[in-house]
Amino acid sequence: MKENEIEKIEVDLFVEAIFQRYGYDFKHYAKASVRRRTRNLLQKTGYSRISEMIPKLLYDESFFQSLVCDFSITVTEMFRDPDFFMGLRKKVIPYLKTYPFVKIWHAGCATGEEVYSLAIVLKEEGLYDRATIFATDFNDTALKKAKDGIYPIENIRHYTANYQKAGSTESFSKYYHAEYESAIMDQALKERITFANHNLATDGVFGEMHLILCRNVLIYFDKTLQNRVFDLFSNSLIHKGFLCIGSKESLQFSEVCEHFSVADEKQKIYQKKY
Amino acid sequence: MTGSSVMRQYKAIVIGVSAGGMKALMELLPALPENFPLPVIIVQHLHPSQGVFYVKYFNGISAIRVKEADEKEAIRPGHAYFAPPNYHLLVEEDQTFSLSSDEKVNYSRPSIDVLFESAVDVYSADLVGIILTGANHDGAKGLRRIGRNGGLTIVQDPAAAESSLMPLSAIDAAKPDHILSLEDIGTLLVTLGD
Repeated sequence: MKENEIEKIEVDLFVEAIFQRYGYDFKHYAKASVRRRTRNLLQKTGYSRISEMIPKLLYDESFFQSLVCDFSITVTEMFRDPDFFMGLRKKVIPYLKTYPFVKIWHAGCATGEEVYSLAIVLKEEGLYDRATIFATDFNDTALKKAKDGIYPIENIRHYTANYQKAGSTESFSKYYHAEYESAIMDQALKERITFANHNLATDGVFGEMHLILCRNVLIYFDKTLQNRVFDLFSNSLIHKGFLCIGSKESLQFSEVCEHFSVADEKQKIYQKKY
Repeated sequence: MTGSSVMRQYKAIVIGVSAGGMKALMELLPALPENFPLPVIIVQHLHPSQGVFYVKYFNGISAIRVKEADEKEAIRPGHAYFAPPNYHLLVEEDQTFSLSSDEKVNYSRPSIDVLFESAVDVYSADLVGIILTGANHDGAKGLRRIGRNGGLTIVQDPAAAESSLMPLSAIDAAKPDHILSLEDIGTLLVTLGD
């Protein structure tokens, strides 16, 4: 057997050990990315084989905590894909305005940049006070950062440019204040947001939503897990509720495809038919 | 290099290209015939805001079908696939694509190393890796990995490349089987497909 094939076995055993010991299920993540991340982790630890990390994983919980950060995707930004937020304003918000209250689930919110972007859009559209936002992730470290809402000041210029492209007419600076090297998000943006731990691979429905956002998370899952999550979303949405996924993701080949109509093809915004 | 490496049956070609890439690919992709039996998978460093225009352009001038790689898409012969801007492109065991928006690697997303390393995992010795013009070091590690696993490694002649840094660092890291002009790379690829 080639070394390459042996390494594949090691990755599988490692992922199985994570699952049995800590209950986090990466078995249905896209394998190539899991393998890459496991290799990166190996480099950091100084072991020479992936299988050598298994005893450490089993007996050292702090090792697992840092692994969760390495295995979850925390790359995000405010108003990432500004055109999407424009699409949200035009195609989704007017519909949501017809409800006396709206429940929104932001699944896989990572460090929270997109949740605050969403909160800003809702404020500007006059919908914020009627909204409840659930922002979830399986990574507690990322969730804490999201809750704190403190971001490096050097990113603000880029975020401001994104914000302007997303169809806003206000000034982005009114939503944060600068302190030393940080931009601290306005407290008022957090009032209607509940941050909570939820794992898309293992947890279930927790409420009926008018809108679900889950962008650039599904690309990390295999077909089986994608279908599980689409099913979960479908079951969590009210009749005529909206689902927004990442620009490179698609409902087209999923099992729930026929339950949805397309609200915005390019921005990957779907509406549940029934 | 040797006749034997040319006679081997390869399963895929991966190409990494950066600064000067448009011109290089304009020469290379049209050299491949319509029934070319191998898939060609390309990472080109582009600005994230770059649209799909270039893919359509390459499709228009090439006999093989050129498209942007879709998530979970099955990799087929006779096609050239580009990594979408701002996403890493990876090859999965079942010969489909997956995308990732993980951190940049070598200041790049998509990164050539990420594609090459995942392609080696799947195709091992049956892979052809090519580094073309570019002004950074991305791809050097990946090409070395392809070579070490017995795949065929090719680098564009730095003297003829618009930007020589990427070919030079790939040559330094990978000691490639071939250092060739674009024209000769085209000719070699066509023979590989015969």
